Amino acid sequence: MASNKKYWKSVEELNENSSIVETLKQNEFAEPIPTDEFLGNKENLETSSTTRRDFLKYVGFSTAAATLASCEGPVIKSIPYVVAPDEIIPGVANYYASTIADGFDFANVLVKTREGRPIKIERNDLAKHGGSVNARVQASVLSMYDKNRLQGPKVDGKDASWSDLDAAVATKLGTMAGQDVVLLTQTFASPSTTKLISDFKAKYPNIRHVVYDTVSSSEALDAFQNKYGTRALADYDFSKAEVIVSVGADFIGDWQGGGYEAGYAKGRIPKNGKMSRHIQFEANMSLSGANADKRVPVTPSQQMAVLLALTGNGSTSSLPENVVDAVNKAKSQLQKAGSKGVIITGLPNVAAQTSVLNYNQSVGSVVMDTTKPRMTSMGNASEVLNVMNGVISGSVKGLITVGVNPVYSFPNPQFTEAYKSLGMTLAFSMKEDETASLAQMVAATPHYLESWGDTQLKKGSFGLIQPTIRPLFNTRQFQDCLLKWTENSKNYYEYIKEFWQGTILAGGGSWNQALHDGVFEGAMEVSTDEETTSVGTLEASTSNGALVAPVQGGLELTLYTKTGLGDGQQANNPWLQELPDPITRASWDNYVTVSAADAAEMGLENFNVANGALNGSYVNVKMGDVVIEKVPVLIQPGQAKGSVGLALGYGRKAAIQQEMQTGVNAYPLYNNFSSVQNVTLEKVAGTHEFACIQLHNTMMGRDIIRETTLEIFNTKDVEHWNPVPMVSKDHQEIPVTSPDADLWDEFDRSIGHHFNLSVDLNACTGCGACVIACHAENNVPVVGKSEMRRSRDMHWLRIDRYYSSEESFGEDTEKKENISGLGSSLSEFGEMEHPAANPQVAFQPVMCQHCNHAPCETVCPVAATSHGRQGQNHMAYNRCVGTRYCANNCPYKVRRFNWFLYAENDEFDYNMNNDLGRMVLNPDVVVRSRGVMEKCSMCIQMTQKTILDAKKEGKPVKDSAFKTACSAACDTGAIQFGDINDHDSVVYKEKNDKRMYHLLEAVGTKPNVFYQVKVRNTNEA
Amino acid sequence: MRAKLVDNNITNRMKKVPYRNLPSKLSFLLLAFLLTFSVTIFAQEEAAASEDTAAAQTGPCAGDPANGEALFKANCAACHKLDKKMTGPALRGVVAKYNDCDWLHEWIKNSQDLVKSGDQRAVKIFEEYNGAVMTAFPQLSDQDIDDILAYTSQPKPEPVVAEVPTGTDGGGSDSGVTNSIILAALALVFLLLVIMLFLVNKTLRRIAEANGVTYEEGEKRTPIWKAFIQNQFLVLVTCIFLLLGAAYFAYGWMMQVGVDQGYAPVQPIHYSHRIHAGVNQIDCNYCHSSARRSKHSGIPSLNVCMNCHKTISEVAEGTQSEGQKEYGVDYNAEIKKLYAAVGWDEGSQSYTGETKPVEWVRIHNLPDFAYFNHSQHVTVAGVECQKCHGPVEEYEIMEQFAPLTMGWCINCHRETNIQVEDNGYYEKIHEELSKKYGVDKLTAAQMGGLECGKCHY
Repeated sequence: MASNKKYWKSVEELNENSSIVETLKQNEFAEPIPTDEFLGNKENLETSSTTRRDFLKYVGFSTAAATLASCEGPVIKSIPYVVAPDEIIPGVANYYASTIADGFDFANVLVKTREGRPIKIERNDLAKHGGSVNARVQASVLSMYDKNRLQGPKVDGKDASWSDLDAAVATKLGTMAGQDVVLLTQTFASPSTTKLISDFKAKYPNIRHVVYDTVSSSEALDAFQNKYGTRALADYDFSKAEVIVSVGADFIGDWQGGGYEAGYAKGRIPKNGKMSRHIQFEANMSLSGANADKRVPVTPSQQMAVLLALTGNGSTSSLPENVVDAVNKAKSQLQKAGSKGVIITGLPNVAAQTSVLNYNQSVGSVVMDTTKPRMTSMGNASEVLNVMNGVISGSVKGLITVGVNPVYSFPNPQFTEAYKSLGMTLAFSMKEDETASLAQMVAATPHYLESWGDTQLKKGSFGLIQPTIRPLFNTRQFQDCLLKWTENSKNYYEYIKEFWQGTILAGGGSWNQALHDGVFEGAMEVSTDEETTSVGTLEASTSNGALVAPVQGGLELTLYTKTGLGDGQQANNPWLQELPDPITRASWDNYVTVSAADAAEMGLENFNVANGALNGSYVNVKMGDVVIEKVPVLIQPGQAKGSVGLALGYGRKAAIQQEMQTGVNAYPLYNNFSSVQNVTLEKVAGTHEFACIQLHNTMMGRDIIRETTLEIFNTKDVEHWNPVPMVSKDHQEIPVTSPDADLWDEFDRSIGHHFNLSVDLNACTGCGACVIACHAENNVPVVGKSEMRRSRDMHWLRIDRYYSSEESFGEDTEKKENISGLGSSLSEFGEMEHPAANPQVAFQPVMCQHCNHAPCETVCPVAATSHGRQGQNHMAYNRCVGTRYCANNCPYKVRRFNWFLYAENDEFDYNMNNDLGRMVLNPDVVVRSRGVMEKCSMCIQMTQKTILDAKKEGKPVKDSAFKTACSAACDTGAIQFGDINDHDSVVYKEKNDKRMYHLLEAVGTKPNVFYQVKVRNTNEA
Repeated sequence: MRAKLVDNNITNRMKKVPYRNLPSKLSFLLLAFLLTFSVTIFAQEEAAASEDTAAAQTGPCAGDPANGEALFKANCAACHKLDKKMTGPALRGVVAKYNDCDWLHEWIKNSQDLVKSGDQRAVKIFEEYNGAVMTAFPQLSDQDIDDILAYTSQPKPEPVVAEVPTGTDGGGSDSGVTNSIILAALALVFLLLVIMLFLVNKTLRRIAEANGVTYEEGEKRTPIWKAFIQNQFLVLVTCIFLLLGAAYFAYGWMMQVGVDQGYAPVQPIHYSHRIHAGVNQIDCNYCHSSARRSKHSGIPSLNVCMNCHKTISEVAEGTQSEGQKEYGVDYNAEIKKLYAAVGWDEGSQSYTGETKPVEWVRIHNLPDFAYFNHSQHVTVAGVECQKCHGPVEEYEIMEQFAPLTMGWCINCHRETNIQVEDNGYYEKIHEELSKKYGVDKLTAAQMGGLECGKCHY
């Protein structure tokens, strides 16, 4: 009997004519074993005279020798300064105030330096209008230690000295006299640079200055300029808003320079029963949409109609019914809010931008500030377009680029060839990027942490940029070059100082104080706006180009920038590449985001493979003649049907390390510098491997994130919306917080410090600044795309993002409660794994919860992890033997295992693999080795330092002194850290807030991290 | 492995120097031997020198050179040396050079008056020293100045190195020689005795044989080693003891791997803590100032050395000879190494700007995964430096005093009370905790000084 049974190895065997089956019968292995690969060079092996015995002798000898040698320690040299600078004490950090102004990110910052090298960027609390220290700004310190930076100036592709370059430029400018030479720069927002450029133009009258913002806000600038006369952007203070209606403006992301989340979050925390109401109409699922109380997915062309209807002069006839309903409700709420309501829009259209300005002005919105507008964007798309076309047509003869990379970011592919044949090309660049590698002359510029400078980020809010380290390479900043080329004997530092004393500080103010603070609020009017011959706006082209509904089969594309890479300047920064996108949670990639409905129509799919990793289809994105090939597709819940999204800033190749050449370049689609385009998608063969680190997207009705509505929050008891979980003891239900429910005796923590961390889910916007701050503070390694794909990310702090499976999380819970019986649970739980078409979204930062009854501590066989009296769960890396029991027993999955040696390992060629990149490491925190577990330490090095400082001063610690990297980085105040034994502390108040709950409280771990229930303002009336 | 990866890790291995004094000691022996014969020659010269001194005292600006020496050291030595240019000119023979006592008096009391009055000699000197103003000494009487000048007029004494070997130490090395001779003689005597015994025994046997006395042989017994092997119990017990012993020593050996107690590497500049901290009583914190404020005690930068060594270009003669004798070190040459490193030109008394940072060999190497903060121990706890670093003020060559093992740290934390006096930070917590533990004074351990995360992060 048994012999008749036939076992099939695969379905293929059923096919009698299969060639594979035949082949496999002959061979044990489907593919030849790559023995040569691991045995090394075959030829060498065969010619070698070493016998097996010899080999064993060598192995034995070298092992013995190595063992003997390892018994002696290495000789370590210590080299003190010859003359020590007064301000440096080895081992003590110095802080300098400075400002980042790279053309995309503008923010006043504080730079932490150790032994003269910057290691971390922090917020400058003195700056009231300082922009936001977002993830990119936090990571910018690593971009300075980039080994791919230009080491010195170049002339004709060869390394040159600065005097060579000066001579070459002078000759070239001499021969170019009378011809059209364009100085194409980023927005500097720098009063002194504006003056310098006009001096330079006075010397060379044939040069004209054009400002080019890689990611354009041109239409908003045009609208503002037409209405108020200044080329600037209106500023908004969302903390004053009661109703915020955004039409396609991702203001929590990078809309008009970003940095609005701090004010926004203030209005989002329910106070006296009130919080702001945020309604978002958008196509892509953005951070703003994810945080909104109500999000309506609409395509860009529909957004135009929505906006016109909202501002009172358009019909809603073309819109679907549900959108019309939302528009009407939003309109009535705006009316009710009066001056406390505000509309903003991100549509690349002057009329749209103007209508918004008009509306906000007409209601007298207290949110919008037009008297002190933002100066961080100056570019005029039509002028830039003019330059691009001029270069292509040959009317522009020379191009000097500063801080911009047009060969990479100009939409017209003909530009590259035309650029090569220009009479004069000079690129000021930190890297040999796409433009610099083609330029005749390259001036190597320093990083902002090595430069001097000044800024006016907002009218009347000045900032200074000061160097925090000597230039690492032979670089000279743009302004110093201009001074040299205009025969000015001063250096830029002297120039700024004199300029400030003559203008900004003229009304009273000390230079030293301003330099110390990094910011100066002045009443002086200092223009950063040059008189330029206006070429007119691009009105016609943009509005016609994209904001009309596409032809049949077409899709409306919204180009956006990602939290990680922004406009792509810092593409060579591994921290930013590895930062998961807050919405999709995919890192190391950009992709087309498509709605589930459209994906189904086109046969596009996302699926998980055996190890859980996400794969997706490829498409070609077509816009007229422009085709971008093999763009991966990610199905995005909440994406408006008929629309797609694609992030700019990826696909860079020049001066970018192989590992960091990720994604596709979307700039060719950035036609007319308009973020909205009509495209068609075409499915192509192949599957893309994503490095997406969140594999389960819904909460399945559990209360991982507790949510309630403002109405319930205001009217019902706390037990209703924030109940303490009950557990059963002796068949009696008792609250889990009761001492009877404990397995362990409680330890007395009332003496000394007891640290707690509070995370307010209402204030957290998911921006990711804390993740990068944690990276920098704790020497968290970068593991690369393939390890991320295996879910081996090392981030100590992650921000989980959950979608609702029904319309809202509340309905999810209801659905779960109503499941009964096996059939129903099988089908309905299955359904709940899939997010809704327009889901609610919630963010939750999760780090080690520092449980007082920690499950990890009890299972460690070597007691490598133990609890401190101050509430922190300690991890002694040198004691850890890597059994990983702790990670298995952790209900929060916050422990990270070092699968490999991530430092000084060529397999992980990121910042910790080169001397330059290692300069960013924090000397107070050990770099972990292979085979040990690591996790959030609640920044014990920072709390210990605070305590030590207090001991040295002989005073009790002030509450505000205790910080962790994440709490210090949080712009919105969502993360608060402190000592709950100090009853005056913020965190003590938070702990006793009725919104407080612990993550998975029913487990009984008694964490020292707690969350505040998220409250949504669902009030529709 | 911490961020110190960027430090200049040198990959060669530590070399301990157990016989570091041996060559020097040998050379002293030799020197002592040679010099014993040369004392008399120098004695004559010394007599001649003293005659010269007597002559100087009767010349112009006559005074008491002994008092002058004291005054010179108190007032002048900061800027002047007798035979060497420093901040000011070398002063030996200054009387002979100018041969104008009144002018010298005037200059010393207030040189600026002279310069302003347009005195040519004064202006010339003033300009030669780049307009460096000499401190005015109106407090010195004419007699004082004469005494000083008398001191400066003394002829230069001959080098005194020659005197050294006549001291007791020379005798000490002699005794070393005699000891070995005595030992050798003793050994010889013993050898003779052994030979004699053997011969006597042999002779006696022969006599016995001749007299027919039979010498009874003992009964043949199993040799002891065979008996041992036959007794299996004994073998087993011995084996167990041997294994235990081996394990004991292996454990002991393994536990000292990586413990570098007593590590005293040869440094690029022979720096004597004995002279600086011991003889001259310089506070540790003067040079290691960051120990109070930072986690690192800090190796002083060379500008700190130059605060003193700008004026101290050579050590006292006694110190120099002691150094050569005891440690085989030429201290003056070591100071020259400092000058070369910091780029100090003695001739022009100025910095050349050419520096060559000193690569000290680090002695105390904590592993990177252990965090240690000096300021916590020095400033907050008030621990004496010597507690961990040993009697540094006696160390000619710095060495690692403590084992720097975790057990050593922990023991101290268990035994040491925290210093709560006048520290507002400890007030509340100490009161509450001491009540909880029922003690008057809390130890560092009771404050949480044994928690892993306090040192490992």
